[in-house]
Amino acid sequence: MFQIIYRETLAEKIHLLKIEAPAVARKALAGQFAVVRIDEKGERIPLTLADWDEKEGSVTLVFMEVGATTFRLAALKAGDFVANFAGPLGIPSHIDKFGTVVCVAGGVGTAAIAPVAEALRAKGNKVISIVGARNKSLLFWEDRLRSVSHQPIVTTDDGTYGRKGLVTEPLKELLESGEKIDRVIAIGPSIMMKFSALTTQPFGVTTIVSLNSIMVDGTGMCGSCRVCVGGVTKLACVDGPDFDGHQVDWNLLFARQRSYLKQEKRSFEYWQAKMSEGS
Amino acid sequence: MAKKINPNRVPVPEQKPEVRIRNVDEVVLGYDFDMAFEEANRCLQLPKPGCIKGCPVEVDIPGFIRAIQERDLPRSAKILWDKNSLPAVCGRVCPQERQCEGTCILGKKAPSVAIGKLERFVADWAREHPSESGVFDIKLPKPSGKRVAVVGSGPAGLTAAADLAKYGHKVTVFEALHEAGGVLMYGIPEFRLPKKIVKAEIDYVRSLGVEITVNSVIGRLTSVDELLKDGYSAVFLGIGAGAPMFLHISGENLNGIYSANEYLVRINLMKSYLFPEYDTPIKIGRKVAVVGGGDVAMDASRWSLRLGADEVHIIYRRSWEEMPSRLEERNHAKEEGIIFDFLTVPKQFFGDEHGWVKGIECYKTELGEPDERGRRRPVRIPGSEFTMEVDTVVSALGTVPNPLLPRSTEGLETTKWGTIAADEKTGKTSKDRVWAGGDITSGAATVISAMGAGKRAAADIDAWLRSSG
Repeated sequence: MFQIIYRETLAEKIHLLKIEAPAVARKALAGQFAVVRIDEKGERIPLTLADWDEKEGSVTLVFMEVGATTFRLAALKAGDFVANFAGPLGIPSHIDKFGTVVCVAGGVGTAAIAPVAEALRAKGNKVISIVGARNKSLLFWEDRLRSVSHQPIVTTDDGTYGRKGLVTEPLKELLESGEKIDRVIAIGPSIMMKFSALTTQPFGVTTIVSLNSIMVDGTGMCGSCRVCVGGVTKLACVDGPDFDGHQVDWNLLFARQRSYLKQEKRSFEYWQAKMSEGS
Repeated sequence: MAKKINPNRVPVPEQKPEVRIRNVDEVVLGYDFDMAFEEANRCLQLPKPGCIKGCPVEVDIPGFIRAIQERDLPRSAKILWDKNSLPAVCGRVCPQERQCEGTCILGKKAPSVAIGKLERFVADWAREHPSESGVFDIKLPKPSGKRVAVVGSGPAGLTAAADLAKYGHKVTVFEALHEAGGVLMYGIPEFRLPKKIVKAEIDYVRSLGVEITVNSVIGRLTSVDELLKDGYSAVFLGIGAGAPMFLHISGENLNGIYSANEYLVRINLMKSYLFPEYDTPIKIGRKVAVVGGGDVAMDASRWSLRLGADEVHIIYRRSWEEMPSRLEERNHAKEEGIIFDFLTVPKQFFGDEHGWVKGIECYKTELGEPDERGRRRPVRIPGSEFTMEVDTVVSALGTVPNPLLPRSTEGLETTKWGTIAADEKTGKTSKDRVWAGGDITSGAATVISAMGAGKRAAADIDAWLRSSG
């Protein structure tokens, strides 16, 4: 059993949970994730490690309410427990002194990109961050990213904060500006990662994405999370989650992510009903 | 005085096929005492029996059977548990026809003694009568003061852990998933091996003082080197061959095509058959094709029926005789109405406009010359292609070692198949103080062969700890 030490709502439907998991906190590296299960009847879901504190023995998860499990996680309070927390999983992000790296984050992807941006900055890279959300109420951790970015850029689709538009627009401008961009990291909804990769492709800049396939075990056992990269089938949980964005078969990823839409809806209705009657 | 041969094997009660495909209860109901007594008395108690050498853990089979003949069930249980720490499991899942019952001498003249059913009977009796059986009152030797780490809580790991504990060592088992048991939990269905029984067998191992820690992915949470530095004198790797194999044909990543691992993990471990109460879904259509001929293929196909498929096919490239699955599972599958498409190989998958599988193109084969392992090679028949409509496919082709731990452990030699190279008799690997056994060294095999490997490694680790550890 893993105890929740602290919880906070960061933005509309975006929540933070700090979990006591000292063994994981000791080993966590940027880009890795953990598989969480709330209780015996719950499903296993992967969530990126947004932060960790070895001294405190804690790991921080940030997630958006999208279905039954995230809905239930959002209702947990400090002092509650989750049954299972397995990690750190996945191959850590490749951190090196690349030169200038643009970190592009969409929606809740900001949580995943923050530790990566910090690690890159610590390694001596020039970090340009582009954080985008649909509107102002969905933005969070602006300070955290600002503190590690040489050049922080924020966009909102509707212009309620920062620059109006999608993250791909300032990304394109940077590439066209002539400044030498050595690497791009893009994390967020799969459609955003796809378009970020398409934007950088003509410029030939290596673009790393973090694929968010459906997972069950997260340790390379089942093949649920299989993706096609460069024409080869790979498992996002053990071969990734980072992959070369220019090689990913995005349509396949989108199709596979839709495998359980009906069941997800049914599950959400079931748990919503359970939570309202149970309390 | 020669004992008379009784050619009538006592049939074991089973749920009727049309009933059992509507529930998830155990299909084989097991013997009661009278049936077990009658069947035990078919055993000729020969001075030179054939059965023991067929058993990978060398159970004293004539011994435990004689005890049943003498109505001494506690003694029978003690004899069983002396060599086998998971007898209720083995009695249910061992391919006895290839092991003890295959070498049974009575079997040359009549149906062999139903050794597996007798083992199951005694194991179940002992579990239901713990104080009478006495097998759960363990007298452990004086603690050796040595600690051993076992990675993986499947049959190999549990057996190694139990034996090491009985030798007097302090054992910690690290399990990656959230439940112990390995394939016993996630692989073998409820209707073949009830999870309540697996949990009871695991509780037995815990009662020996073994600590089982779940959610621990060794290779990520902690490395093998860290375990060795951290006070563990030795490490046993029983991590299984749990990575899925795919056909590598066009369309394989379409929705509705599962690896058997995923199918069974969702259903067995995460209890998808109770969705939405258990929150992991499974999507099974009306016409299911399972590719493969082993136990896993039988399990996946029989689950599909129970989960509402109208028609379930098994697509296998050889024929009935060559199928590697346990005979009882094949027979049960056939009784339940599963359609066997023998001498058939998938060539490519077709999908609909939403990315869901809707058909498989297959070709037919005929059996040619035997390969290096003596199995007749399936040879494609040109022009035999045909298309089969399906909406769910399960690839049950076998599994390969998960590279996660071997890749991240220095000095651990692996073979070209990805298995860990280990001495067959002792389980010793190329890495100092590290042993391995089960599917991770042999490739996908059986529960009992994993147990045998766990036993041999535990004995070798114990010998090493006493002499130099």
